[in-house]
Amino acid sequence: MLDIQLLSTPLSISACEAFVESPEVGGAVVFIGTVRNKTGAKSVTRLEFEAYKPMAINEMRKIAERALSTFSVFKISIHHRVGILDIGEVPVVIAVSAPHRGAAFDACEFCIDELKKTVPIWKKEVFEDGEIWVAAHP
Amino acid sequence: MTLEILTFGIARDIIGSSVLTVEMLEGATVDDLKRQILTLYPGFIALSSLMIAVNTEYGNETTVLKEGDEIALIPPVSGG
Repeated sequence: MLDIQLLSTPLSISACEAFVESPEVGGAVVFIGTVRNKTGAKSVTRLEFEAYKPMAINEMRKIAERALSTFSVFKISIHHRVGILDIGEVPVVIAVSAPHRGAAFDACEFCIDELKKTVPIWKKEVFEDGEIWVAAHP
Repeated sequence: MTLEILTFGIARDIIGSSVLTVEMLEGATVDDLKRQILTLYPGFIALSSLMIAVNTEYGNETTVLKEGDEIALIPPVSGG
């Protein structure tokens, strides 16, 4: 079972955790991405996320479906936020539950790694003296 | 045919608009469109990659475009 959401309001970590709960679960892994205050030596003021929404949801769903068919896991919840985020705020939460912890760790890592590669979401880092679209240039 | 193309992130900055209208010959492919865009907007050459989505799926080079398709420029993604 999957719960895939793209939201413009603060994410609820407990909502993701609650979705993956089940009596058959032996363990759940939750990845919480947070906005860091530095990139290299530069101080980051805020991040701005935007998404191509229908495709971002499709691509997140595809990743979760692949994780379900690849690893022995029960439920996956992926919530991603868009809009302006301050330091310490949460752009992404991924919760995965499984009968055994190994599969939950593996599936959770797979989901965040693939999300960063294929989901059409873009992050602009804003510094005191400028801004860049992350990963745009080699 | 006239194609309307959605732009996001740095692609929107390079083009200066969230929608780009391009005239292409019937039967044009994703690869043809990409060449056209690189010619019109050389700023894309410096990017790590440029993908084109057709009807919310990644297109490959030979995907044929039609008027009315929902087409989007996908510069390097950076979610998470």
